[in-house]
Amino acid sequence: MTRRPGVLVGVAVVVVAAAAVAPWLPSYPLTLLTQAMIVAILAMSLDVLLGFTGLPSLGHAAYFGVAAYAVAILTTERQSGFVVCLIAGVVFAAVAAALFGLIAIRATGTYFLMITLALGMVVWGLAFRWVSLTKGDNGISGVPRPDLGLPWSFWGPLPFFYFSLVCAVVALALLGLIVASPFGMSLKGIRESESRMRILGYNVWLHKYLAFVIAGTFAGFSGVLWAYYNGFVSPVDVQLVTSVEALLMVALGGQGTLLGPAVGAALIVFLKNFVSVYTKRWLLILGAVYIGVILFAPRGLAGAFHRRSS
Amino acid sequence: MSRRTIALFALAAFLLALVAGLGTPTARAQSGPIKIGFLSPLTGAASALGKDMLNGTELYLDEIGRTVAGRKIELIVEDTEGNTQTALTKARKLVDQDHVHILSGGLLASTGYAIHPFAEAQKIPTTYPVMSSDDLTQRKPAKWVVRTGWNSSQSTHALGDWVIKNTKYRKIATVAADYAFGWESVGGFQRTFEEGGGQIIQKVWVPLNTNDFAPFLSQVKRDSDAVFAVFFGKLALQFMKEYENSGLKGRVPLLSNGTTVDESVLPQMGDEALGTISTLHYSAALENPTNQRFAKAFEAKAGKIPSYYAETCYTNARWIAEAIKAVSGKVEDREALLAALRKVELKDFPRGPVKIDTFGNPVQNVYIRKVERVGGKLQNTVFFTYPNVSQFWKYNPEEYLKAPLYTRDYPPCKAC
Repeated sequence: MTRRPGVLVGVAVVVVAAAAVAPWLPSYPLTLLTQAMIVAILAMSLDVLLGFTGLPSLGHAAYFGVAAYAVAILTTERQSGFVVCLIAGVVFAAVAAALFGLIAIRATGTYFLMITLALGMVVWGLAFRWVSLTKGDNGISGVPRPDLGLPWSFWGPLPFFYFSLVCAVVALALLGLIVASPFGMSLKGIRESESRMRILGYNVWLHKYLAFVIAGTFAGFSGVLWAYYNGFVSPVDVQLVTSVEALLMVALGGQGTLLGPAVGAALIVFLKNFVSVYTKRWLLILGAVYIGVILFAPRGLAGAFHRRSS
Repeated sequence: MSRRTIALFALAAFLLALVAGLGTPTARAQSGPIKIGFLSPLTGAASALGKDMLNGTELYLDEIGRTVAGRKIELIVEDTEGNTQTALTKARKLVDQDHVHILSGGLLASTGYAIHPFAEAQKIPTTYPVMSSDDLTQRKPAKWVVRTGWNSSQSTHALGDWVIKNTKYRKIATVAADYAFGWESVGGFQRTFEEGGGQIIQKVWVPLNTNDFAPFLSQVKRDSDAVFAVFFGKLALQFMKEYENSGLKGRVPLLSNGTTVDESVLPQMGDEALGTISTLHYSAALENPTNQRFAKAFEAKAGKIPSYYAETCYTNARWIAEAIKAVSGKVEDREALLAALRKVELKDFPRGPVKIDTFGNPVQNVYIRKVERVGGKLQNTVFFTYPNVSQFWKYNPEEYLKAPLYTRDYPPCKAC
């Protein structure tokens, strides 16, 4: 995300266009768009770590999953309302990230990958084995859509789509402000040269730690929405594949751009759900897209755009 | 204009083509075909089972020329990748975009729990041919879901009873896959076995991602009268081999649930499986004429003997066809179709006579089987039949439902 006004205008146009087109879309594409919005928040949150701070995490699904489980348990066991669930989900995710960050931030590079992978597996193990709380392998079903006291029901695909769109825009704006702030600038500095930043007197550990917690918190926000969207939470949501998919979205869209990962997320959601309708070999196509991006646009889709326009 | 730009344009064009595909609604008027949406894991680790499920379904639909009550049947198949999130998304696609009249299929228990509220919200008649979690038709039944398969503890209740009445085994160790299906299968066996005077003296739980059984089998108490095992797929194959290698085979007789020696894995086993006594509502070796005909036709189509996954989906397809006949093809009346699905009662499915209880689970025969070699091939020879077994065994449903669901720790292992 840059400060160039062109990008802001572009985002505004896309958002308004999406909002305007939505009422004419059939309900299935609309639910997929909703899914894309929610996953985009996850991808953008990971971008703060991967793209801006240079920390590739393989355990990002953990915070997503912790929040989703918090919502699922609170709504099904205690019939909690949206505000309680939102706060609880985001706070639990932030606490999990704060704890895991203490362990993970010591490491860099491959070691950071391995530690986040291991921590992610710990959460997966809990989801799978703490049956009295998480219902284990069966997952928790029957999460209702949120009721905000508004005149329209979120059970319909259209209102929930608008809700997710608003949430995604809010997340984008907040993350955009963070990465454009002096704090975000020093994160970029750390990405480019950690030792130089240290010599300049920056507390590198603290910066990385805060970036880790912020990324986890926004992943939690995405997880809250996901639980409401799907109505179902299971260990699949916290497993390694989910983390890897988030990484691929960021890589596909272009790391360090915020908008790129959001586009990457949307692209993967649509590829997964549309191409598979036409062919059983859709994984091949997904693979070909990855290879194509790596060969022709190593900095992701956003990177390719950026180069052309500048 | 670099290669990058070209690649980008190609991608954009591809996406446009996809989006263009969105705008073509597929809803049609009443006279169109009857659409059945079928979820099956066609890629991923469970794809072999998924193919059996699809082959079974297609076999029946082809037998009736894909026509029921004067209307064409259109089967719309979606791949779940053996992943519940994907299954749920595909279920939405089948209902919202394809406007299917009936939703069916699915493999994992979690998929069953996930589709339950969806089917209720959409009011879409749904059948579960495979998913066997007890609570799907016990403590959390769904009005719109009819199970055409079985539930996990249905057949193991019967085995517990059979062991008490026909063997001298009174101290048994269990070795089972550590997840809901394993817990429920073991729970059913333990309940009837202990109520008959037996004792479960040890429960060994094996994680699903296990590659080495040695640490688990070396724990098994050598003075057990028998071992009761619950596995499926690759785990079942590994377990059988290791049971022989660890020296248990020949010393401690082996009992198992149905999936451990199901025909989906049996052809890949060797002599190590011989003599295993198991329990299920089906066996490919059943001698009734419908099954003989079905098994032959399935082998001709798929090139292998039918597993229970194949039979249950064949039966499921016929079940749906019978219900459609009962409403004279008017599947648009969903309430009537649902009522018809719940009324299907036939005496000649390959697995035997089946009717449905008020909770939506089949009441059917449970067979006690033994692995034997006949004509050079392993098969599950049926030697005892419990007729018309309910999911509640012989208990009063209300009393039964007051007890908790079978889990890792329930019933408690008092003699461990």
